[in-house]
Amino acid sequence: MALVTATRRLVHVTLRESSRRAAVISAASLPTQSRATCLQRGFTTSTQPLRSDNKVTVHFINRDGEKITVKGSPGDSLLDVVIDQDLDFDGFGACEGTLACSTCHLIFEEEVYKQLGPVTDEEMDMLDLAYGLTDTSRLGCQICLTKSLEGMVARVPESVSDIRQSGDGSS
Amino acid sequence: MNAHKIVCKSHLLKLLWTSGRSDRIKRLHGVCGRAPFSSCSPKVCIVGAGPAGFYTAQHLIKSRQDVEVDIYERLPVPFGLVRFGVAPDHPEVKNVINTFTQTAQHSRCSFYGNVNVGTDVSVKELQQAYHAVVLSYGAEGNRRMGVPGEDLAGVHAAKDFVGWYNGLPDNRKLHPDLSCETAVILGQGNVALDVARILLSPMDMLKKTDITQPALDLLAESRIRRVLIVGRRGPMQIACTIKEVREMVNLPDTRPEMVAADFKGIAEAVKEVPRPRKRLTELLLKTALDVPTEKEQEKRSKASRVWGFRFFRSPVEVLPAPDLSRAAAIRLAVNRLEGSGEGASAVPTGEVEDVPCGLVISSIGYKSLPIDPLLPFDSRKAIVPNTMGRVQKTAGVYCSGWLKTGPTGVIGTTMNNSFDTARALLEDMDSGALDVSSAKPGSQGVTPLLEKRGVKPVEFSDWEKIDNEEIKRGVAMGKPREKLLSVDEMLHVART
Repeated sequence: MALVTATRRLVHVTLRESSRRAAVISAASLPTQSRATCLQRGFTTSTQPLRSDNKVTVHFINRDGEKITVKGSPGDSLLDVVIDQDLDFDGFGACEGTLACSTCHLIFEEEVYKQLGPVTDEEMDMLDLAYGLTDTSRLGCQICLTKSLEGMVARVPESVSDIRQSGDGSS
Repeated sequence: MNAHKIVCKSHLLKLLWTSGRSDRIKRLHGVCGRAPFSSCSPKVCIVGAGPAGFYTAQHLIKSRQDVEVDIYERLPVPFGLVRFGVAPDHPEVKNVINTFTQTAQHSRCSFYGNVNVGTDVSVKELQQAYHAVVLSYGAEGNRRMGVPGEDLAGVHAAKDFVGWYNGLPDNRKLHPDLSCETAVILGQGNVALDVARILLSPMDMLKKTDITQPALDLLAESRIRRVLIVGRRGPMQIACTIKEVREMVNLPDTRPEMVAADFKGIAEAVKEVPRPRKRLTELLLKTALDVPTEKEQEKRSKASRVWGFRFFRSPVEVLPAPDLSRAAAIRLAVNRLEGSGEGASAVPTGEVEDVPCGLVISSIGYKSLPIDPLLPFDSRKAIVPNTMGRVQKTAGVYCSGWLKTGPTGVIGTTMNNSFDTARALLEDMDSGALDVSSAKPGSQGVTPLLEKRGVKPVEFSDWEKIDNEEIKRGVAMGKPREKLLSVDEMLHVART
């Protein structure tokens, strides 16, 4: 595990240098360890031209049922998008995309889920600990955006506390 | 390492300090004005700077622009079990420290280390100084096995063993004897697996982690070659999670050794259970019963170390060596299972079995302790009695983390638990159930008391000196950090 992490860190540092060379530095576009995951899977962002149409629209349904529409770049993970777009999901992404928690748990529709690619044992092991696990659940830090996922909907599931809050009448 | 920190800082700063749209809509207007830093700003004190304390603080500060939070911590260093519990070879789990650091550095948050609530300042005094007190001090004690021989040399609580290799000052003199061949661990939760893994990991894996140097030196001399992880019930009741089991299976230079009979009927029973339990059980079955691949077979034949789960066994006595000086074996009662699934219970059959061993680690649970006789405490469950985090019969006092629900759950569990408590506290502020209309002195009501008592708090910037020193020492050792091991040393660096 330590070697994988070290590799991710190394990859992310390389990616960061590429960002610098691209000369578009905003705090929001700095890569995270989850971006490194997408890089390992062959989605590079360093050679993408900086055109505004090179974006993927993602709809998030938050825990209040509100739909929030944002855009991400191919190669971003869904965790990257949540962070870059300042989406305020309580406690999302606690381990910063290193497959050491299940707080970036997202639920998808069947058709989208099928397009998301294979789940590694490593991801499945952490996903198994997520509250409200479904057959179309994934960890957001492991989902890499591609153009074919344009318009995808990702639902942020309730956490344990939400369930108890709604039903509890005690003061 | 530095690049990583900078990246995370900007990301998390954005993640944390944007006010939630939904929270804003739901919030009622408080009785107190909203001007920050007014004498009327609500002041909350949190006891314990581990995950529970920090997540509670984070949620409070994010949700109201006027709340000020002070976190008191017994040790000079923050972060609780993230620093002293999480295994050295699980550094990613410790990434949450970045989030906690953001919280601590927020203008409306202050850290006071080296302050022991209960002896340096009482909870009552905190209640007088703050509008609300949140108890988040976790579980410092152990569940005892309650068997003869438990106090023999060679027997340790997992919490103390983990504290020892993780540099908890109270455990630095543990000096476990690793000269025996077999170690027996009672309990099959993730802590038990962490202990097994640290006992059996190759040195070149461990030496790159933040495990303490004394622990590393002792482990390098270890003669332990076999670790048994013992549970009362069966494979389908095992409490650990699949990631940790997979780590054992993949641990270099080791081979698994299980008892096939323990798995009777399991392959059938596993078909009907939810996916997490199913995958875990299937991994156990595969490891215990399947014919290994050629590659795996080669690994097993070359392995110098052995590990295995043993099921349906409960400790009844630790047997001493002939000179009565130390543990030499453990007597285990043989159980059968009554019922099935998570609720199955272990029933003794009357049979016993003796296992020779020189190291016994009991990993059957941490336990919270009461810190103030005036506060309610449930000794049976070892928690502070509460409803949704509101301490029963004690207005203005709340609890979060393991103290609230008992000592199980990963950091994510504690996070949700703490957010819950913060929400209850905020609700009470909004509704007036918690009176925040009159000004309270906050830390200004506490620091004079501490001064009078000769207690000098460690501020977060002082911790940063300790942090930097540990990282600096780590560089010299090829490790992420070399932890300072005593409170005295920590205070010395903090004060310089």
